Order: sequence, then C-alpha cells, then structure tokens
Amino acid sequence: MVTTTSPARQRFETGGLWLLLTAGAAVMFFPIYWMFATAIRPRDEIFSGAVNLLPTGWVWGNFTAALSRMPFLDWTWNSLIIAIAAVVITVSLNLLCGYAFAKFRFAGRDILFIGVLSALMIPIQVIIVPLFLVVADLGLLNSYWGVILPRAAEAFGIFMVRQFMVSIPDELLEAARLDGASELTIFLKVVLPLSKPIIAVLIIFTFMWRWNDFVLPLVILTDQEMYTVQLGLNLLKGQYNTEWTDIMAIALLSLAPMLVIFVFFQRQLIQGIAGTGLK
Amino acid sequence: MADLSMTYPKERSETTTSRKSGWWSSYRSRLTPYLFIAPNLLLFSIFVFFPLLYAAYISVHQWSLIDAPEFNGVQNYTRLLSDGQFWQSLTNTVIYSAATVPTSLILGLFLAIGLNRKLAARTLLRSIYFLPVVVSSVATAVIAAWLFNDNYGIINALLKQAGVGPVAWLSSPRWALPSIILTTLWVRIGFCMVVYLAALQSISPSYYEAAVIDGATRPQQFRFVTWPLLRPTTFLLLILNVIYSFQVFDLIYVMTGGGPGFSTTMIVQYIYQAAFASSEMGYASAMGMVLFVLILLFTLIQWRINRRTEQFV
Repeated sequence: MVTTTSPARQRFETGGLWLLLTAGAAVMFFPIYWMFATAIRPRDEIFSGAVNLLPTGWVWGNFTAALSRMPFLDWTWNSLIIAIAAVVITVSLNLLCGYAFAKFRFAGRDILFIGVLSALMIPIQVIIVPLFLVVADLGLLNSYWGVILPRAAEAFGIFMVRQFMVSIPDELLEAARLDGASELTIFLKVVLPLSKPIIAVLIIFTFMWRWNDFVLPLVILTDQEMYTVQLGLNLLKGQYNTEWTDIMAIALLSLAPMLVIFVFFQRQLIQGIAGTGLK
Repeated sequence: MADLSMTYPKERSETTTSRKSGWWSSYRSRLTPYLFIAPNLLLFSIFVFFPLLYAAYISVHQWSLIDAPEFNGVQNYTRLLSDGQFWQSLTNTVIYSAATVPTSLILGLFLAIGLNRKLAARTLLRSIYFLPVVVSSVATAVIAAWLFNDNYGIINALLKQAGVGPVAWLSSPRWALPSIILTTLWVRIGFCMVVYLAALQSISPSYYEAAVIDGATRPQQFRFVTWPLLRPTTFLLLILNVIYSFQVFDLIYVMTGGGPGFSTTMIVQYIYQAAFASSEMGYASAMGMVLFVLILLFTLIQWRINRRTEQFV
C-alpha cells in the first residue's frame, strides 16, 4: 500500500508490525520445535514438571530406540508404496484428462467437466460407508490397491491441469498433427514437455495427500501389517500414551518427507494452493 | 518425411483416409478425448458417484452387514430427528465452524497484508506461518495432545509459572473443544494467508496510487480498494473453510476420539462410530446424506448471496 504518513511514524509502525509478526511466528513454530525438543531430550526430563525450553542434552539414541520398539520402517514402506503408486497413476490420469478438457472439443464436454467438478463437492467423509463396502466387494480390504484406487481420480488435479493447458497454443498441436503424429505422441512429445511446472505441482500435492491420508486407510487397512505411517502414529498415541519421547520421535520421522518437500518445493506448494485456491 | 507432410498437409490426410477406411479414421480422432478422460470417469463412477447413490440406497434400509439390507423407508431419517447425540454432534460442528472459520480468515488476511509489506526476514516469516499446511493431521493431533497434556504438557507448565491452572485441557468437556479449535487455527491460518497473499499480489499498485492521489488514508485504502478486490478470495476461502470444518475428522479422532463424553464428537465422527463401531450402515449412510445436503446447501446459498451482492456493488 502507498502511505501518506510521515517517515518516522511509518518506521515505528513497521517496527511494531514486525515484532508482532515475529512473535506470532515464534508461537506458530513452537509446536514443531517442541516435538523435536521432546524427541531428543533425556527421557526422564519429560516428567520433571519443570519448564526447560532447551533440552539439557541431545540423545540421538532416542530415535534408534523408538525405531527398535515400533515397526516404523514397515509403516514407512507401506506409505511409500501407496504414495508413489498414487503419484504415478493420479498424475498420469490427471494429465490425460485435463488435456482432453483443455484442448479438445467434443460432445458432452461441458457436462462431463461439471461432473468432474461435482466430484470435488463430495467429500470422502460423506461416502466413507458405501466406499468401504465397494472396496470390500472388490476384495481389496487390507490391500494397497484398496487405498490407491478410490483416490486415484482426483478432481483437483484435473482442474489444475485444464487451467494450465488451456494456455498451450493450438498451433503447436496442429503442426504436430499435420506432421502425422498420433494423438498419444502429441500428448507425450509436445504437451508433456511444456507442462513440467504443473507436473511438479501435481506430484508434490498427490504425494503429500496420500502420505498424510488417514480416514480411508483407517477404514480399509485394519491389519496392522498393512498400516501406514499415519495409522501407526495413531496407534502409538492410543497404546503408548505416556511414551512421549517415542511418540514425538516417530512423529518427527513421519514428517521428514514433508519437511524435505517443504524446504525444496515451497514454491510449488504455494503455487498449488494459491493458484487455484482449491483445497 | 516431416517436411513433405508440412508442405502437403491435405494430400497426406487424404492418403491416410484412403488407406484406413475413412469412417474409422475420423471416428478414431473423435474418440480420442473420450479415451483420454475414460479412466478418470470410470474411477469417479466406481469410487465417488456410485458410492453416493449407494449411500442414498443404504440410507433407507436397516443393515448391520450380517443379514441382507431391510427396507425401512424414512425411519433412519426420522430417527435422526429425535437422536440427541446427532443434534449434539451437529451443534458441536456448528460451534467448531463458527469459532474456526472467521478467525482463520481474519488472521490469515492480517498476516497476508502484514507480510506483503517489505519487512526483514519476510520470506522466513511466511514460511513459518505456512509450515503447518504440510503437517499431517495425525501428526498435528499428536503434537497438540502433547502440548495440551494435563500433567506434563508445556502449556500447563507455563500456566503454572504464571500462577494459573492447571487446566484439564483435553480431559474436561469444557476445555477439549477450545483446545481443538486452537489447534485447527494453527493449521488453517497459514493456508488462508497463502491464498490471500496471492490475491494481494495480483492487485495492481496503480489502484493504491490513485487512492493516495484522492487523499485516501491507509484504512480507507483497505476499505475501498483492498477489501472489495479481495471479495472473490474471501468468498472462496469461506466456502473452503466451512467445507473443511464440516468434514473434520482426523484431527479430532486422534486428539480426543470425540470425547470426553460427547463433547468433541463432530458429525463425521458420529457417522464413523455408527458405521464401524455399531455396524448401523443404514443409519450412518442417512447421516452421510444429511451432511452432503448441508454442504451442498451451504455452497449454493453462498453462491447466490455472492452473485446477488456482486450485482449491487
């Protein structure tokens, strides 16, 4: 904003605002810090009742101890398989579908697109009961596919791809068609290379959603061997509800992939959230 | 080859048509978009649209999964009307929404305006506010449960130093919902901030320059430039946040499990309990349908209001 106030007063205002925002940020960051501080400090310090904002010592062994007590690596393996398979399937299907909506004219296109958008309006929580029954009827309870397939079609992604691909010039596609390229070749060789930014956004969001998913795995994966990281963390909280060192250590490990994504792909995250404002 | 077809496009297409019988070629090219959207459409049909219809079907039956579903008309729906726990869960959901939605919008807008100015470490501050967006709701719930822990939680420890408390945050019906509301704000503020920031950055500076020439003060610039131009964003965030709060599940399921008593049971939690703890599929589906209609109605009403007010502005 452009201001009409005097420079001195403006500096005073800016300073106050900065202090306020920094204090707020400290409060916002504190839970993350506290998870780390709890996971790393000597176990007996937790129950001392005193306020020690800084751990007296760093016990890295807490992490190995937690890992040896919990099948965290199995949970991670399950989560990784689900999230990676979901990324491959969902991103491919999103791109194909979004491309068709953006660059083809065909009968029923608008109706079908409204259908896709209306899928956005149906939260999984509303249909969780019949969805569970459908997955059970398909014989997919306690299987990876049971959590991958129901969420493989993602309306948000289709919507984002369409928005992005509308701006790809038609002339490029026409030129390739005149060259005799098949529609699939055009998609793979012309459209995809131009769509790298949106592909990055889709990969990051799909991975994040599937990694963080809870309600569908909770209902579908009842066998503890099939547990994902989130289900495991929930189990820990219920069963070992006084072992806060272990719980915080596992919580921190469960966040690791997200923190890596956050540090390296923040631009894509912001673009995905801000660009469409959806979800 | 490429050059040839570039020079004689018509000829090429004619030869292809004559080689592969004409109707098939044109049929195939018209089929392409349908083939591209088919996998998604199939998945949506099986895992979204069919379940919605299926939910409507189950909702007029009594079904414990063991026997065949037994048609019982609107009994599940009439039972809802007299089910105190259903109304309690609905009330909890409304209170939760009323407490979280406007607050996260206002704080998100404040942060966005503040962090849109040139400030030291602005990028870092933005990142910190945004960080909770990537934290899973289970991890959020687990961390919050530890912070709010009655005996060893840091919040009570700090309160004790200040001579207050201890407060039974998660174990008393009075404080459990406020604890969850605070945790939700932690999650949602950053989300709103990011959306608002993007909207603010798309406002052309020339509007503000014109406002200053007209002698507008800072608050007036906000009132007459920023706020009207942010209307669509506010509207979108309002819808998204209300939908979010009406379908909240993970966070509360892990943090309190809906308790103590029934004090933090939201509508989705009650649906989950009816289906997977009491095996009342029909009753759970009826509640699912009600939730769906509520979300739909809310969105439509918002849409109408938004359109009508826009006409007058």
